[in-house]
Amino acid sequence: MGIAIEAAVALVKIAVVLGAVSLVVAYLTYLERKIIARIQVRMGPMRVGWHGLLQPIADGIKLLLKEDIIPAKADRVVFVLAPIMVLVPAFVVYSVLPFSPSFYITQVNVGLFFIIAVSSLGVFGIVMAGWASNSKYSLVGALRSAAQMLSYEIFLGFSIIGPLMLAGSLNMQKIVEAQSEVWFVFYQPLAFVVFFIAALAETNRVPFDLPEAETELVAGFHTEYSGMKFAFFFLAEYANIMVVSTVAVTLFFGGWQGIGWIPLPGFVWYVLKLGAMIFVFIWIRATLPRYRYDQLMRLGWKFMFPLVMANIFLTGLVKFLFL
Amino acid sequence: MVPLTHYLALGAILFLIGAAGVLMRRNAIMILLSIELMLNSVNVTLVGFARQWADLTGQVFAIFIIAVAACEAAVGLAILIAINRDRSLVNVDEINLLKW
Amino acid sequence: MELPFFYLFAAGIVGASLLMVTRANVIHAALSLVLVFLFMAGLFVLAGAEFLAGVQILIYAGGIMVLYLFSIMLMNVGVAVRLRQWHRQSALAFLAAALLALEVWVVLWKVSLPAGKAWPWQLGQTPGNVEALGMVLYTKFLFPFEVASVLLLAAMIGAIVLAKRQITR
Repeated sequence: MGIAIEAAVALVKIAVVLGAVSLVVAYLTYLERKIIARIQVRMGPMRVGWHGLLQPIADGIKLLLKEDIIPAKADRVVFVLAPIMVLVPAFVVYSVLPFSPSFYITQVNVGLFFIIAVSSLGVFGIVMAGWASNSKYSLVGALRSAAQMLSYEIFLGFSIIGPLMLAGSLNMQKIVEAQSEVWFVFYQPLAFVVFFIAALAETNRVPFDLPEAETELVAGFHTEYSGMKFAFFFLAEYANIMVVSTVAVTLFFGGWQGIGWIPLPGFVWYVLKLGAMIFVFIWIRATLPRYRYDQLMRLGWKFMFPLVMANIFLTGLVKFLFL
Repeated sequence: MVPLTHYLALGAILFLIGAAGVLMRRNAIMILLSIELMLNSVNVTLVGFARQWADLTGQVFAIFIIAVAACEAAVGLAILIAINRDRSLVNVDEINLLKW
Repeated sequence: MELPFFYLFAAGIVGASLLMVTRANVIHAALSLVLVFLFMAGLFVLAGAEFLAGVQILIYAGGIMVLYLFSIMLMNVGVAVRLRQWHRQSALAFLAAALLALEVWVVLWKVSLPAGKAWPWQLGQTPGNVEALGMVLYTKFLFPFEVASVLLLAAMIGAIVLAKRQITR
């Protein structure tokens, strides 16, 4: 009986989190268009609803009603499965993240490791999409994107070892509680910078969005996709942005911890920090030009890798000598 | 509680499905994939034993098996790519240049 | 409560692995193997090997299988699909494997062992799986750990040298 009640509560929590995340991801597309427009001194979506607020709904309906084209020589099973493989890992990560001191779906002892492991499954969807489309642009875009994501995933993993050493646990709740005095971004600025750059590359965002840039490879791995499957890739990119922002907020900016004396509930702090982080992602998109593919790989392996190793070494040294 | 024999039985089935795959398929990549399956079956057995005797040695050994499997996959695939580059062959019956 | 989950994961593993050895298309077989690894990670969590489950997904499913997929894409598998997939002596091989399976199961049927106790971290106590594993890995198994890292380096260099395109002038 107790198990049934626990399972029901867990299901309700999962439904709430999934619904909220889907809604925020859909409105993130609107937010991005508005913010980029304002940075470029124009207005963005203004017609659909008041100031364009119903734009994501209009986009969703349009994509649902579009014709669903599958190329004749494409591998049908893999073609249909690929968008799912990209979207699902992004949502699964939300099961171990703490939104407030009492609201989280579950608490796993290896929470951080689980997040890194599950995010690495997103590469499969991209490789499958590129292969199953049976088209040159798709394949080249998919292989480039996969190589980029695999390399920067390594730096992502190494950069979180710094806060992990400071917190002493892989449990996400304990990492947030360990930041009750000082947020880890002040102890580990180098790790945060590397994490941020690696997160930009992981989510295929500017300045690392060569694999899906329109001027380079038509549309990269999602060239042959139309209708709702294309919407899935699109949503998956924004869901991934939300996921890495959430992980950054939890690891470096104290999660739901407030700033001392201001009495706001933990959840509100969390949302504010998440919003600020996502704003920086969108701001970078409007500002920076794109890296060429070999520059990107060189930046990763020759610059960020030694940096992140040095960070781990220094953190270990300081912790051993002084703490 | 799951008895040890369940883990061992599962490991045995997986090992034999993998062995059947190695013996029955002609495509070299399928043979490599079946070998990965056999390595994983050994992992299942080790984890079952680790749980039975509450000894972490089983899990440590499983980690090393995963590391060795990674090495073997990399080298095996590199060999296949080298063979495939010149003669576009993946069926193991036809890779017989060393046969006298 | 554990037994139904064990049967669920075991059914998934065996089903996906049977799917894998019977596919003609190598990409489908590789993706079925990824499914096997995901179910196996669930089984590892059930058996109290949480770190190993994470390592399985991160490295096996997220690294080694991507390597396989990349390599399959570099080879001309379109031709291979149309050739004969099964060995000429398949029936004999299947018979041998089935007999061996029968033998192993008969042996297991006769063995009766008590079920093990739960790990401390499965009961919510403090030394977690990762801490305990770290304690053991870096003290008792330090030498194999370092040897494994050298082995990985050697394999990496070997793979690069073997697969490199020979530049002839």
